[in-house]
Amino acid sequence: MRPYPVILSLLCLGALALLIAPTSLLAGPTAPPSEPMTFESEEQEVRYQKLIRELRCTVCQNQNLIESNAPLANDLRRQISLMIRDGAESEEIVDYMVARYGDFVLFRPPMNATTYLLWFGPIAMLVIGLSALGMILYRRRNQVGAGDLSEEEQERLRRLLGDGDGGKA
Amino acid sequence: MKLRFLIPLFAFFALVGVLWIGLSLDPRALPSPLVGKEAPDFDLPQLRDPDTRFARADMLGKPALFNVWASWCVTCRQEHPMLAQLRNSGVPVYGLNYKDTRSDALRFLARYGDPYQSIAFDEAGMVGIDYGVYATPETFLIDRHGMIRFKHIGMITPDIIENKILPLYRQLEAES
Repeated sequence: MRPYPVILSLLCLGALALLIAPTSLLAGPTAPPSEPMTFESEEQEVRYQKLIRELRCTVCQNQNLIESNAPLANDLRRQISLMIRDGAESEEIVDYMVARYGDFVLFRPPMNATTYLLWFGPIAMLVIGLSALGMILYRRRNQVGAGDLSEEEQERLRRLLGDGDGGKA
Repeated sequence: MKLRFLIPLFAFFALVGVLWIGLSLDPRALPSPLVGKEAPDFDLPQLRDPDTRFARADMLGKPALFNVWASWCVTCRQEHPMLAQLRNSGVPVYGLNYKDTRSDALRFLARYGDPYQSIAFDEAGMVGIDYGVYATPETFLIDRHGMIRFKHIGMITPDIIENKILPLYRQLEAES
């Protein structure tokens, strides 16, 4: 009887893992979908690859610049590669993008007054959840258990329940 | 009183409320960092005449509307009559033809009318990037000193003209 829920939940977890696994294997393309960019040094290439993963395409909002095939993403990739070849620092390029499209282009949003909820919301929810759980467990511990009854009280309980089989009614 | 049994109910309605508000928000409407800043400088060939130039400086001296459009943009076609209406209300309307071909753009204007005083031809879309353009049509209201005072992404509707653009334009006109 008892083990069934455990087996069932293990089965569910397994099915979930099967569903998630292929997508996580496919995630993160290694090359840009269109034109190959040439750089003078390995270091520039590395910075370029990092930037186009961190910057969001504003047209197709759930994709970064490397994933997106939108014409704008193409233009922005070209612009970033040109800036890198001209010797711009990564911070300069990020500032350039933020000045035009706002904080929204950053997949790692900066911490400021409008993003406190975003940054601390999940932790706050966790704290609320854990304290609610703690409170419930604490109260449950203080409840009277069957072992706390005296011999007399046990006898009275049996009488009230009608000698065992009455409890089923 | 067993009021605490109502807590999950209240929590549920609070969640529904938050999600309801979330549904009515437009995820494409991003706050533009350009509002309140100088309009980015540009100097491009004109759409109608490739030999003459149109620069940011040509829009200054009077508040003006700067509309980013393209012939391949279906919403721009829907929006087009609104621009003529604004022009007729006395608002100077300038255009930025964005990532288009000259022949397509000119055919668009021949078919749907031409409300623009001047149109810059931004074939490569680089001026578009400077203006943070990501979803045509986009419309900027620029004051006489070249400061961006209002930006609208997407189609201009009669409601936006009546309640946002025209009141702000009159106010900017009154400013020195």
